[in-house]
Amino acid sequence: MSDTVIKNHTENLHEEHVHRDDTGAKMGMWLFLFTELLLFGGLFLLYMAYRLQYYHEFHIAARELNVGIGTFNTIILLTSSMTMALSIAAMQRSRKGLSLFLLASTKILALGFLVNKYFEWSAKFEHGFFPGSDVLIDKPRGEYLFYGMYYAMTGLHALHVIAGMTILVFMFVFITRNSITPTNYVKLENSGLYWHLVDLIWIFLFPLFYLMR
Amino acid sequence: MANEHSEKNHSVGYGTYVLIWLVLVGLTVTTVSISGINLGNIALAVALLIAAVKSAFVINIFMHIKFEEKIFKVFIAIALMTLLSVFVLTAFDVFFR
Amino acid sequence: MSENSESKPYINFLQAESKHKGIFKWILSTDHKRIGIMYMTGMMAFLLVGITLGFLMKLEMLTPGKTIMDAQTYNAFFTLHGVIMIFLFIIPGLPAVFGNFMLPLQIGARDVAFPRLNLLSWWLYVVGGIFAIASLFLQGGPIDTGWTFYVPYSLRTGTNVSLPLFAAFILGFSSILTGINFVTTVHRLRAPGMTFFKMPLFVWAIYSTAWIQVIATPVVGITIILVIVERAFSLGIFDPALGGDPLLFQHLFWIYSHPAVYIMILPAMGAVSEIIPTFAKRTIFGYKAIAFSSLAIAFIGYFVWAHHMFTTGISDTSRFIFSLLTFLVAIPSGVKVFNWVATLYKGSITPGAPLLFVMMFIFLFSIGGLTGLVLGSLATNVHVHDTYFVVAHFHYVMFGGTVMIFFAALHYWLPKMFGRMYNEKVAKWSIALIFIGFNMLYFTMFILGYEGQPRRYWDYLPQFQTLQIISTVGSWILISGILLMFGNLHRSIKRGAKAEANPWGGKTLEWTIPSPPPVHNFDEIPVITHGPYNYGEEEAK
Repeated sequence: MSDTVIKNHTENLHEEHVHRDDTGAKMGMWLFLFTELLLFGGLFLLYMAYRLQYYHEFHIAARELNVGIGTFNTIILLTSSMTMALSIAAMQRSRKGLSLFLLASTKILALGFLVNKYFEWSAKFEHGFFPGSDVLIDKPRGEYLFYGMYYAMTGLHALHVIAGMTILVFMFVFITRNSITPTNYVKLENSGLYWHLVDLIWIFLFPLFYLMR
Repeated sequence: MANEHSEKNHSVGYGTYVLIWLVLVGLTVTTVSISGINLGNIALAVALLIAAVKSAFVINIFMHIKFEEKIFKVFIAIALMTLLSVFVLTAFDVFFR
Repeated sequence: MSENSESKPYINFLQAESKHKGIFKWILSTDHKRIGIMYMTGMMAFLLVGITLGFLMKLEMLTPGKTIMDAQTYNAFFTLHGVIMIFLFIIPGLPAVFGNFMLPLQIGARDVAFPRLNLLSWWLYVVGGIFAIASLFLQGGPIDTGWTFYVPYSLRTGTNVSLPLFAAFILGFSSILTGINFVTTVHRLRAPGMTFFKMPLFVWAIYSTAWIQVIATPVVGITIILVIVERAFSLGIFDPALGGDPLLFQHLFWIYSHPAVYIMILPAMGAVSEIIPTFAKRTIFGYKAIAFSSLAIAFIGYFVWAHHMFTTGISDTSRFIFSLLTFLVAIPSGVKVFNWVATLYKGSITPGAPLLFVMMFIFLFSIGGLTGLVLGSLATNVHVHDTYFVVAHFHYVMFGGTVMIFFAALHYWLPKMFGRMYNEKVAKWSIALIFIGFNMLYFTMFILGYEGQPRRYWDYLPQFQTLQIISTVGSWILISGILLMFGNLHRSIKRGAKAEANPWGGKTLEWTIPSPPPVHNFDEIPVITHGPYNYGEEEAK
């Protein structure tokens, strides 16, 4: 690997490097994923502490969440993860059309997740279950905190879904413009890694909030 | 370089991904069903164990870690051990306060 | 190469043209060397602001009660002094300037792994700096929480908290991107033959630091975001009135901010490990021990954070564990100090300014480290917690440690970066002034703290005045020393004598190329066959 890098270097003495290192790019992406992991890690840490402190209140508050929507959203995200992986596989096999179709499916599934989330949150808001609401202020502190954690964690996750979708839109454009090709698709792979991370976070959020009965 | 690159990249078949997806959906259904049973104190442990198994599938297959160089696995181990240690050390405060 | 570099018509990276014009040649450049210098410029500006704030604070302490400012202004000043010095100067510190400039040179690479990401880091640094400064002039007034932003006060105060917090978040992001870049660079771009154990020790230090930047910074990122969100939407997470636990804020804050002190000190230790062998003309003693101690400090340093919270009411079990872990950090730190001293033993020492800074570092850092043990023990911590003793301790460690080595590195690598030599005599005078001023300013604080002067207080009891005056006068001497040093460096960059490729007789790769380096660093990527500090002894074998 390093030999090729050097050869490319000597050909290109100017500051614009065109040398390509896919493994390096993926390494950088993984390091970035660790920062995301630790970002959510802080929230999971808070969740652990508060669940310990307000054990019963958390269980009571969690009953308000809709397990059906949660499960449905989990399956949507898992499916989108699969279509993402398949999209890369299609690109590796030079099937550009299929790859684009699968990438578009990933985005539509992501959008579906957000729409569900929107209805879920609106229903909560209608019943007055939002931070600072009169309904919640009158509840025990543990239940108030449960919703604080719920909105912080699912909200941050939703932001990551939106960020992921934006990245996927760019990838879609890159594929149509042939800057992602069957021989050079590390960008698509890295976007995929990001998308799977969003899925991974949800895999943990789901049981911690919805399955506490 | 491009050829060398695609050769060393292990590409997984479509079938594998679909299979893993089925397993993940299956595990999701399992964890939801189990949560209906009153397992008391081990309920959380069971739910987290299932989530960990699901993550392992996502990381190894969807995220290709099974086929990457060893250094990637070392990196992930470092990150996860750090996270775990932070949890344990904080727990020493919140558990015993 | 060094002999004929002068005679060749040779374009260095400072003169090189690119597709951009004027200032854009710099601020849009992805050349790691230019980015390093741009960081340096920005950091120098913020350092001067920080010094000015510190100077005014010490002036206020000249007499009890009001001297030049009221209490609220003083609160804002110590907060800003902390925020600017920590987030805008010392955390980017050596990695951003010398890491950027020297890391690719020392491993025989043409640039870092992600040059454009590197430029983005610098831009984020600038934007973060602008936000931090802008928050001073907006409605509400400058932040007065102290640089630690402790809740619940930071949730309640009417001053501008959210904007400087957001600035800190952006600066953290900048730091993360630099860390990602450096880890990948070290793994992917080492010259052929350069195994991990043939890397210079500065590279080891930067590598360990980069890992902390990646793994620790996000934790403070989420903490900061939560405080901002809490102020806007009352989630209750950190608000005791809504059931939240302020101690958890402190946990999360220090999970980053303690490792952050190792982000500050580790690269400095790496630079020491470069300067000592060069000025003693000896192979570094205990290469592997120093390399591993960097990793060990990075690793253990991650798990000691709660020693900042010994008096806050955390559980006795955790106090015991964190105190123990804190003592463990002293071991790898000690390993380093002993190895440096052993390297100097029987070396043929040239007492140049960089080495004098290093000697000063070892002296000041040892005082800082040993008083750290006083703070790390549970019993003595209770007595000196939140007093001037703590202030003195971290200034000895951070200023006496990191910043002294930052100055040392400026002198050591200035010939390489700008192709000019500084004036040795003036440099030595400035070192003398800095040494005297520093100890007058901060050593008195140990005594004041031990006698009970709390930190961050605007007022003090009349009995402390003698020591306060000595301390304030010390600050004047220290600042004159620093200004003299900067004047000397500035003059050298403009008009100093031309520097050779290798003025110190260094053995690492950056000394094998002309000063200043060409844009592409190496005409041919070197092939590495031996360790980084290959002085006579080994050849003689």
